[in-house]
Amino acid sequence: MSRSIRTLAVLAAFAAGALALTAGIFAFGPSEQTRPSSVGGPFQLVDQNGKTVTDADFRGKPFLVFFGFTHCPDICPTTLFEVSEVFNRLGPDAEKVSAIFITVDPERDTPEKLKLYLSSFHPRISGLSGTNEQIEAVKKAYYVYAKRVPLEGGGYTMDHTAIVYLMDKNGKFIAPFNLKRDADAAAADLRKRL
Amino acid sequence: MRMFAAGFALLVALVAAQPLAAHDITKGDLVISAPWSRATPAGAEVAAGYLVITNKGLSADRLVSLSTEISGQPEVHEMSNEGGVMKMRALKDGLAIPAGATVKLQPAGYHLMLMKLKKPLVAGQHYKATLIFEKAGPVEVDFEVRAMGAGQQKGHTGHNH
Repeated sequence: MSRSIRTLAVLAAFAAGALALTAGIFAFGPSEQTRPSSVGGPFQLVDQNGKTVTDADFRGKPFLVFFGFTHCPDICPTTLFEVSEVFNRLGPDAEKVSAIFITVDPERDTPEKLKLYLSSFHPRISGLSGTNEQIEAVKKAYYVYAKRVPLEGGGYTMDHTAIVYLMDKNGKFIAPFNLKRDADAAAADLRKRL
Repeated sequence: MRMFAAGFALLVALVAAQPLAAHDITKGDLVISAPWSRATPAGAEVAAGYLVITNKGLSADRLVSLSTEISGQPEVHEMSNEGGVMKMRALKDGLAIPAGATVKLQPAGYHLMLMKLKKPLVAGQHYKATLIFEKAGPVEVDFEVRAMGAGQQKGHTGHNH
């Protein structure tokens, strides 16, 4: 009798564990799956040519979104360079993707400034600026943290989220896009989304 | 004796065969090597300088400041990634170079922050900067400008051309 109770208890514990595991997998989901309420959403900004653009202009093709500023010595130019490398590896298929570099420093990063800066990178990368309100709204949509930090010697720098978001054709967030790998591997990954 | 002579000859040969690191500079107890920068995008107003500083002495030194004709506001900075947020700060008291230590200034870490950049950095070109150390004093260093993608840490080695 006591043995069967013990067996039952063990079985129950096992079942509970299995259930918890299943629930866990369900809750966290496979990372590749599009999540219903997540990163991204509508925005209205100004591109490097001074034209007003919205998220709708980038739909229909998968796109990358990342935030930065041109007074950034390292991570921003590096990310732009890496995205350019990936797009170069795509060859003609680069026309089927795009990338959006959104400034967190609209005061200094005017469309003219962004146009000049982006001339050093792949033409499929757009540089978006806007009013403070427009930038705040898009930061919020992408859960981006950015903060102006004064420098003692004058001027300021920006702390900012440095994640590259991969969005699907419908503008839904797929996953963070890993650029810290071979450009060919990153290009192959992107090609799967076309 | 002959054995000693042969050994000495071998030692001389070995020392002579050591590839001389092109940009190594020794000043006091400090050895400065591999100074470089990445090329800057068009219109960029900032750049970063990287190098390796080794302190062979028994007392700590400190990189306090620097000057260079290419920057109107050169500073010693630290970069960090805190939970996906990149943060950059000036090192108010300079960068400590402890006795016996090698301190690397490299992408995503300590770097020379060249603000108010006066001209774009073009791959293949060089620029000079004078680093001021608390004990070793001023050291003039020649920085090599490399391609924009230089020095990236990738998943595998052997792809950092």
